[in-house]
Amino acid sequence: MTQWQGQLIRIDDYRWQIPPSYKAGMRVPGLIYASKEMLDSIREEQTPEQVANVAFLPGVVGYSLAMPDIHWGYGFPIGGVAGMDVREGVVSPGGVGYDINCGVRLLRTNLTEAEVRPKVRELINDLFHNIPSGVGSEGKIRLSEKEMRRLMVEGARWAVERGFGYQEDLEVTEEGGCLAGADASKVSDKAIKRGMPQAGTLGSGNHFLEIQVVKEIFDSQVASVMGINEAGQILVLIHTGSRGFGHQVCTDHLRVMEQAVSKYGIKLPDRQLACAPIESREGRDYLAAMACAANYAWANRQCIAHWTRESFAKVFGKTPEQLGMKQIYDVAHNIAKIEEHTVDGRKVKVCVHRKGATRAFPAGHKDVPQRYQRTGQPVLVPGDMGRCSFIAVGTEKAMQESFGSTCHGAGRVLSRGAAKRGVKGADVVRDLESRGIIVKAESVSALAEEASQAYKDVADVIEVVHKAGISRKVAMAIPIGVIKG
Amino acid sequence: MQKNLLEWRLARYFCIMVTATNMTKGFQILDHTADIGVTAYGRSIEELFCNAALALFSLVTDLETVEERAEVSLEVKSQDVDGLLVEWLNELIYSFDVNHMLFKRFDIESLIHNEVNELKATCHGEKFDPLRHKITREIKAATYHMLKLKKNRAGYQVQVIFDI
Repeated sequence: MTQWQGQLIRIDDYRWQIPPSYKAGMRVPGLIYASKEMLDSIREEQTPEQVANVAFLPGVVGYSLAMPDIHWGYGFPIGGVAGMDVREGVVSPGGVGYDINCGVRLLRTNLTEAEVRPKVRELINDLFHNIPSGVGSEGKIRLSEKEMRRLMVEGARWAVERGFGYQEDLEVTEEGGCLAGADASKVSDKAIKRGMPQAGTLGSGNHFLEIQVVKEIFDSQVASVMGINEAGQILVLIHTGSRGFGHQVCTDHLRVMEQAVSKYGIKLPDRQLACAPIESREGRDYLAAMACAANYAWANRQCIAHWTRESFAKVFGKTPEQLGMKQIYDVAHNIAKIEEHTVDGRKVKVCVHRKGATRAFPAGHKDVPQRYQRTGQPVLVPGDMGRCSFIAVGTEKAMQESFGSTCHGAGRVLSRGAAKRGVKGADVVRDLESRGIIVKAESVSALAEEASQAYKDVADVIEVVHKAGISRKVAMAIPIGVIKG
Repeated sequence: MQKNLLEWRLARYFCIMVTATNMTKGFQILDHTADIGVTAYGRSIEELFCNAALALFSLVTDLETVEERAEVSLEVKSQDVDGLLVEWLNELIYSFDVNHMLFKRFDIESLIHNEVNELKATCHGEKFDPLRHKITREIKAATYHMLKLKKNRAGYQVQVIFDI
C-alpha cells in the first residue's frame, strides 16, 4: 500500500497537525501525538485519513485527535479521540468500537517476585480453570433474563452485591463501575441472549489476564498512593470488555444509524462513521444501550477480579486480604461519555468518543476518586505479552488539549496474518518461556497473532504521551504469567 | 429483471474465467492490521453469499471436523445488497455465539436484491462439541469496513473485514 501523502505540520516533537485544508469538509484540524520515528508506520497505514474523516462529523470541536498507539480501525482510528458539542453534535458507534468498554483493571498484591516465581505455573493453571475464556463455551454465571437486565443497569455494583469483590473496588473504578443512563429497553433481545451466557468470561483476541512484576518506579510518591511500593512487587492486570453483548449492541445500532444518516442529511466520507445527532431519538437510544454494554463490561471485570483473588488465595493458602489484593484502578478504553470541557475558552458539554484511548483526568477533578485526588486518575496502559505495561496518571495538560484523554496500549503494526507468517504459536510459547513468561491459551495458533512483533513498543507510546504532557508515567511492570482465551 | 437474467447468464458463461484456486476454494483469507478479512467469490450472487459464509466458519474452526447433523433456517433483510451480506454474516455469527452452531453448507432458497433485499437460507452443520471441534478464533462481527461487492465477467466478488 502506498503511504498517506497528506500534510502533517510539525507543532513540536510530539504533535503533528492535519490542517483542515487537507480535505474539503473537515470542520476542525486533526492532531496526532507521535514521535517522528512513528510517522512512517502511521502514514503507511493511512490512519491520518481516518483522523481527517472524523473531523467531518457534525458538532466536532477542538481537534480530531489521535494518540501515538493509533492504528487503522472501522471509521474512527483506534487511538482516536473526538469531542462533539452535545447541542449540535453527533454520536457515532464507530467512535466507540464494537467492544464497548473494553478496558483494563489492575490489582496490587503484597507478594514479591521471589514468592510467586516458583508457583507461577500452578497459579496460571488455576486461573485458567477458574476464569472461563468463553470461546464456544459458557461462563460460570447463570443469568436469568431478569438478572441480566439488572446487571446492565447496575454494572460492577451488581457483581459486588452478589459477593464478587468489595465495595472499595467500585470507588476505584471509572464511573464507579456503573455508567448512568443505561436503559435495558434500548437493547435488543438478540443482544441480551448473546450477553447472558458470556457474562464473566475473558474472551479471546487481544484479551488477557497477566501476572506482572513491577520493574521500575518513576514516581514513588504517586506509586505509593496506588499501593505500589517497590520493584519486585506482584500485580495482576485484567484486559477484557463486553464480549458478544457489546458487539451486538454496536451492530444493532449501526443499522439504526445507517438510516439516521440519510434521515438527518449527514454527509460522511466513510460508511463506518454512521452517526446520529446526540439529542435525536437514535442518538439517545444508542447512548442508553451503550451504557448497558459498558456496565456489562464492568460487571465482567469485577467477576474476573474476584476469581483472580480466589485463585491466588487457593495457591498461597491465604485470604485475599492477607495477600493485600486491592484494586488500583479500572479504566475503560472504548467508550463515549458526556463530559464538560473547556474549548476555546468556553465551557462546553461534549460527547467525548474514546476509541482505544483512556480517560486521563488530573488531580482535583471531581470525577477522580478520593484516593487519587492529589495524584490524578490512574491510567493503565498494557503492552503486548512479551514486553511491559505502564501505569501513569492524568494531567491538567490532558484536560486542556485532549479532552482529558491519553493512549491505551501498544497499537498493532502487523496484521494478524503477517504476525502469524513469521511465527508459530508454539514458538511464541517457547520464546516467552525462555524469557520467564508462562503462557496458557485456549488457542495456541491464535497466540501467534498476538506475538510481540505485531505491536509497537508500548515504551515508545508512553514516552510520547509523557513528553507531550498528557499523562505522567508512574511505574512499569513486566509479565511473568499470562492467560489468554 | 431481464437485465439481471442476462447478467446472470453471462456470469455463468464466464465462470470458467475465474482462476482454479478461487473457484475450488471459493474464498481467500485477507490481511488487515487489527482484524481479519476474506475475499469470497461466486459465479452467482447466491454462490457468493454461500462462499462468504463458508469463509466465515473456516476462520472459526476446521470445517473438516464439522458434520451435517442439523439444519437451521435463517432470514435476513436489508436496505441494499452490501447490507444484506453484512446482515447475513452477522446472523451466522449470532447463531454460533448464542446457539453454538457451526455450519459447513448453505442452501440459499431465495435471494432478492432489488428494491427489497431479502435472503432466506437453510444452513447445515452441527452444534459445537468441545471434544471434536477446536475453535480457532472468535469472530464477533462482520463490518462495512472496506466492503466491496464487485461484479465482473467471471461473476461476483466481495471483500469483508471481520472484527475479532
